[in-house]
Order: sequence, then structure tokens, then C-alpha cells
Amino acid sequence: MLIKRGGDIKGGEITDQALYVNRRAFMAGAAALALTPSVAAPGMAAAAAPPAAGQPLAAARNKAFDIPDAATKFQDATTYNNFYEFGVNKDDPSNLAGTLKPRPWKVQVDGLVHKPATFDVDDVLKMAPLEERVYRLRCVEGWSMVIPWIGFPLSVLLKRVDPTGSAKYVEFSTLVAPEQFPAQKKGFFNFGGLDWPYTEGLRLDEALHPLTLLTVGMYGQVLPNQNGAPIRVVIPWKYGFKSAKSLVRIRLTAEEPKTAWNKAAPQEYGFYSNVNPKVDHPRWSQATERRIGEFRRRETLMWNGYDQVAGLYAGMDLKKQY
Amino acid sequence: MTRRGRVALKVVAWAACLAPLGWLGYRAGTGDLTANPISFITNWLGDWTLRILLVSLAMTPLRTLSGWSWPIALRRLLGLFAFAYASLHFCVWLVLDHFFAWKQMGADIVKRPYITVGMTALLLMIPLAATSTAGAIRRLGGARWRWLHRLVYVTGVCAVLHYLWLAKKANPAPYYYAAVFIVLMAIRAWGWSRRASKNPLPGGERVG
Repeated sequence: MLIKRGGDIKGGEITDQALYVNRRAFMAGAAALALTPSVAAPGMAAAAAPPAAGQPLAAARNKAFDIPDAATKFQDATTYNNFYEFGVNKDDPSNLAGTLKPRPWKVQVDGLVHKPATFDVDDVLKMAPLEERVYRLRCVEGWSMVIPWIGFPLSVLLKRVDPTGSAKYVEFSTLVAPEQFPAQKKGFFNFGGLDWPYTEGLRLDEALHPLTLLTVGMYGQVLPNQNGAPIRVVIPWKYGFKSAKSLVRIRLTAEEPKTAWNKAAPQEYGFYSNVNPKVDHPRWSQATERRIGEFRRRETLMWNGYDQVAGLYAGMDLKKQY
Repeated sequence: MTRRGRVALKVVAWAACLAPLGWLGYRAGTGDLTANPISFITNWLGDWTLRILLVSLAMTPLRTLSGWSWPIALRRLLGLFAFAYASLHFCVWLVLDHFFAWKQMGADIVKRPYITVGMTALLLMIPLAATSTAGAIRRLGGARWRWLHRLVYVTGVCAVLHYLWLAKKANPAPYYYAAVFIVLMAIRAWGWSRRASKNPLPGGERVG
């Protein structure tokens, strides 16, 4: 790639603009942390230190979701990423993710709900027991991984805000902060990118499905920045881009939300984007995939192997509603 | 240019064209081909095919603008290296990516426009590589040989489209290559029109 990156300055050397611009909120958050030691994630040594990437995060393995596939190497899962807020190259996220500040972090949950709320991410961590689940991850580009995520069902959070009867969809929004996400900066050579914020969406029944995981960790650790820290969703039967990262807002709506890739290329990335070997991407086949760490391509499985979701789409024409 | 100058020029060009392969070999040796080595190798070879092809297409415009003659001496070498990289790029797709899954690859060539134009670009380079020797120029005759070798413009269009059509929409890189190709062709067109106005005979002998 010819793209020139300003990669000479390490993230940690840049004055943290988010901190000094927003220092009151930061100090309030720090004070709250100091006053309530139980806020800290399990396995934390000191309550005052917010959980950072790489620190252990305790979670009980939920064996109900175990699959025979071997987990992808941690090194691969954290250096081969699509996270367009950092850039279009697979190594951009791991190289540049130091600028993302996953604490303090708030998630606004609103829209068509009876009890809208803004949660501190450390409070979200305590909403339900953390489970480890090993999921397949299939990228729309034709590669796949197997990742032990840590989190709990998104339904726990959604039930807490109590969706109204007219709520039919859930919209996820990723943080917009050009000082933390370099590719969000406007620039002459930055054309052709996605519209920020990155938004994704699910039908409410998809969002409430037990497989849909609100995710805060992986490989027994706090979620690394390049994998969507501090909080993301993982929807294992859909192409990876549906699993939005670094969430700041979850909004319940009556209308199907606009989604980032659908806006960029509507004929290529549908709202559903369920893994389906029989429905090709307009430009390439989806029949096979390369599992990271393997040599030969393997057959892609319908619903990425998660047949339990088939009922959600009964009667739908999957070629049309791709 | 002196004979020694020409030799030095070619040595530099050889070294520059082999460097990407050397770097690839070094990264393979140190186990640094990313989590998806096949994709990395494919993209690396594809990127360098396009770059060397564009450099080869830049030699005539460089002469037009500068009046130097030495760029012309590099055209064949650069063109053959572009063909070599394109062939390696294809072989990786054939062997490492699809492991001779002919049926699926055949379907992809027909159904996927980016693969169709990529294959076209490669196939069109074969007659050019095959007729790159001095003997072939003699046998074909200069005029016919030059007409044949204008196929490289079609290869250029196909190669640029190949990248444009395979890249995801948010990636601006293929547009840079397309812009370079358009600029090079524009300089050529300017050179042609300038020569045509100097020499009213159509099909002037110095068409590059």
C-alpha cells in the first residue's frame, strides 16, 4: 500500500486531548472509581486502576457454545483486524490503537425504551456474570477466526432499559473522536472512507437472541483496543462487520437503522449480512473461507454453523434480504 | 549515454525490481507474513506488479518531458519484470489460494469482473513478453511490433480496474494508481499530438 502514515509518534507520547478537554468528566469518573472499589472488574489488583487491555478478566467458560474448532492464535486475532477508524490496512488497528482511551467510557442506551440510561462501562461489567464463549468469526472478505470472547448476552442490557412495544430494531454506534481514531480525521488523502459514526443494527429479535454477546474481553483478558475496547457486540452468525466495536450508544428504534457499510455500498452489504455460502458478495464468492492459521480453504457454513438462528429468518428470501 | 552508464542503469533497475521479492523472502524467512500469509503475498505481488507496470509505462512520458533517451532502454526490462510479478501473483492465486480448484477459479474468472480483467491483463502481457527479443522485433518488423506492443495500454487499463474493482470502497489506494495511469496516458497523448503537429504524416514512426 502506498498510504503514508504518520506513524512516527507513538500514541502514548501524544498529549491526551480527550483528557484535557474533558477533564471534569474524567475526574468525576476517577473519583467514582476510587470511592467504589467494587466497580473494578474481577481479577483486578487495585480498584483505582481501570482495567486495561492485557489485564486478566475472569470469566467462566460456557461450554454450551464450545465448538470443535481450535482457537485462533491470540497474536493473529490482535494483529489482523478490520477497524476502519484506524485505517484500511489489517495492521493499522494494532499499530495505531494506542490512541484509543477505553476508560472512562459511557454507553448511552436510549430510544424506544421505558428506562433510558447512560451506563459507565464498569457498571455494565457488573450487570451479569461474565462468560467465556468460543465463537467462529467469519469476515465478509473470506477469512475466518475462532475467538474466545468474554461477555454476557446483550439481552441482559436490553431488558434493563425495558424496550417499548414499538421498538423493532437496535442501532449500535461507535465512538467518534478523531484524536483517538486517526482515520476519522478529515484530510485530502482520506477520501472514500465510511461515514462516521460507524453504525450497525439488528432486528430486536436478533439482538435478544442468546448468541448475541455484549463483549468486554477475549482470551481471558480485557478487550484489546484494536478489537473494539472497551465494549462491543459479537454476532457470530453474521459477517464480522455487523459486530460493531467501541460502542458509545445503543438505540432502540421502530425503523431499520442505517448501517455504515450499507450506506457505503448498498448492493454489497445488506442489513442482515448473515453468513451464507449460497449468497455471494457481488464481487466474490462466499462459498469458502480461509481460516487464519490454516492453509487450505474450508467450506463456509450456513449461518456460520449457528443453525439455531435459522428460525429468525423463516419465510425470508435470503437472496433478496441479504 | 556511455555503455558503462547503460550497464549501471540496468544494474540499478534489476536491483530495484528484485528488491520487493527479496523483502518478501526475508519476511517469509523471519515468519513475518502476517496472520494471513497467502493474502499478504498475493497483495504484495499484486501491488508491485502494478507499480512496476506503471513505472514501465512512465518511461516514454519521461522521455517526452525530459528529452532524455535512457528511459527507453529500461522499457523492456521493466515490462518483463511487471510480467514476472504478474505471473507470480497469478501462481499464488492458483496454487496457494485455490490449490488448483479449477472449477471454482473458472467460475470466478467468468463471474467476477475484477478477476476477468486481471486475467485479461496477464494474458495480454504474454505476447508482449514473447516478442520482447531483438529477433522478434526483426521478424515482425518495427511497425507491426509497435502496434502489437500498444496492447500494454489495455493491460494498464485492466490492471488498474482489477485493483479498483477488488478493493473495498473505503480504500482510496486504487484511485491513486488510477490517477497515475491517467496522468501517464495524458502525457503520451500530449506527446503524440505535439509530434503530429510537427510531422503531418499520420502514423509517424516514433510512436511510443
